[in-house]
Amino acid sequence: MQDLVQTATIHAADWIVVLPLILALVGAALALILRWNGRVTFLLALLITASIMACELSLIARIWQTGPVSMTMGNWLPPFGISFTADLFGATFALAASFVTLFVIVYAEADRSAADGRDGFHGLVLLLLAGVTGSFLTGDLFNLYVWFEVMLVASFGLIVSRSTAVQLDGAIKYGFLNFLATSLFLLALGLLYGLLGTLNMADIIGKAPAANPAAMTAVAALLLLAFGMKAAAFPVNAWLPASYHAPPSAVSALFAGLLTKVGVYAVLRSLVVLLPASRDVLEPVIALVAIGSMILGPLGAIAETKLRRAIGFLVIGGIGAALMGVALANDAAISGTGAYIIHSMLTMTALYLIAGLIERTTGETDTRRMGGIYAQNSALSIMFLVLVLALAGVPPLLGFWPKLLLLEASLEIGNTLGTTLMLALVFNAILTLIAGSRLWAHVFWRNREDALVPEHIGPVRRALRYSAPAALVGTVIILGLWPNIMFAMSKAGAADLVDPARYIAAVGLGGANP
Amino acid sequence: MDMALAFLVGLFVAAGIYLLLSRALIRMLMGVLVLGNGINLLIFTAGRLSRDAVPIVPAGLEQASGPIVNPLPQALILTAIVIGFAVFSFLLVLVYRAYQVLDCDDTDAMRLAEPVDAPKPPLSY
Repeated sequence: MQDLVQTATIHAADWIVVLPLILALVGAALALILRWNGRVTFLLALLITASIMACELSLIARIWQTGPVSMTMGNWLPPFGISFTADLFGATFALAASFVTLFVIVYAEADRSAADGRDGFHGLVLLLLAGVTGSFLTGDLFNLYVWFEVMLVASFGLIVSRSTAVQLDGAIKYGFLNFLATSLFLLALGLLYGLLGTLNMADIIGKAPAANPAAMTAVAALLLLAFGMKAAAFPVNAWLPASYHAPPSAVSALFAGLLTKVGVYAVLRSLVVLLPASRDVLEPVIALVAIGSMILGPLGAIAETKLRRAIGFLVIGGIGAALMGVALANDAAISGTGAYIIHSMLTMTALYLIAGLIERTTGETDTRRMGGIYAQNSALSIMFLVLVLALAGVPPLLGFWPKLLLLEASLEIGNTLGTTLMLALVFNAILTLIAGSRLWAHVFWRNREDALVPEHIGPVRRALRYSAPAALVGTVIILGLWPNIMFAMSKAGAADLVDPARYIAAVGLGGANP
Repeated sequence: MDMALAFLVGLFVAAGIYLLLSRALIRMLMGVLVLGNGINLLIFTAGRLSRDAVPIVPAGLEQASGPIVNPLPQALILTAIVIGFAVFSFLLVLVYRAYQVLDCDDTDAMRLAEPVDAPKPPLSY
């Protein structure tokens, strides 16, 4: 008992776990203070995001060598203090998040007009990044709730930034449903605390098997509903296509890249790692959710004529594929989900950025009135096609490898559930390919009825605008051609999720504690 | 007492969800508020109610000698109240602004982002 109040020693090197968050929060505050000067906040946001990436890279290098890293706040020993625990999955997702944020900031700088002025865009982006990074790195469920709310508030600011009628309409749906989701999460937290008396993730892993299994399953079902709403999984997906197309395309890209993926990550963390027994009970439900999202997402995209709304439906299809790994939950499936989340972050962000470029080039938001820019803008056409193929999972692009892992996993399981999920995944790939190529044909291939009015922008602005999606598409291609690093990392990360012994030991609750 | 509070939580959550199911935004706001308070009350009840001990460590001691009450649920509620209040204020302003711009508070009539008579997709390709 005495060690309860003893000072826990925190090595200086352990600060690396919270350094990305400190940087993001301080950067957000500075950017809000300096918002009268857009140029300064732009450079500040770039600098902060780059340093966050550097921190996360060194964090990943350390985790790769010695396993998960943990730090507990305020000199309390776990499970009493709030722990930040980074394992390979969390740290890699955080790195991918800051990577795409960097390019969204670059794109937004070239896409924003003088009228946007002092809306505090960079501050809100950094705050959103803080929320996302915190969600990926935290080792405490209540703390996860707090980061969810940070993310939510920042996204509120971004989604209403220009206060147009469409944005307000989209924001109402986004706001109410996401707030309801976090409220349900809080409800589940209250019940979980009542049952276990702890909210530290590593401690929950140890205590959950002793609790009443029926009550734990109810908590797990509530968590699944709450995070499913966050991730826009079927059947609680309706808010995503209703709101993601309303804000400027840079903001859509940021949301599509980060927010829904945090939802999937939270499902993965809470059901696979924290409450595996309840996950087994909920397995058919998760499988149904995954299949529904995988099929209905691309079908919605086929039926939709607005470009960015159609891409919103493709995001939902990807969420289904990522949740498939949670439904299967063997080593290969978890590593497939991890790789899919990385792929989805990069591809979806790039796709929304390119949709923004298409809208700028054609001056339209509806695919029925687009067309005929195949010859004028071959760079755009090639990038869009590459992303569509990556999304459908055509080798050798990035999207193929996670789907291969998921297929392997479902064959390994081999029962009806595995076979059904495998068929759904293949069907999802075909439907995504149809939806994507239909969009490509309408936007680029088909002849345009009226003459295209070229947009007048300077060469520097133009280069800046195209460089961001080009860099992301390049990453998708490079990671697709050399997938070995991703395979090795997702395998090692999945091993820690399936057997969290190293995770618990890193927090300091392994064996020695009663 | 625990039982009474548990029933109250159930009542709050039911009322909150009933109000959230309404089409009128102002009722939905009330629903958010009632649901949030119901959840706060749930955390409070989940932390166990007791009048027998206090959550105070006497001066000079590093830990209480007798039984002690866990003060953590109150800290959790405090955080949740602050966050809930902030988000609720934002939603309030958002709804008011939407009412000004869209001139309605009925979600059925708010179909700008999702048009009701969406056109059929073209049949080419």
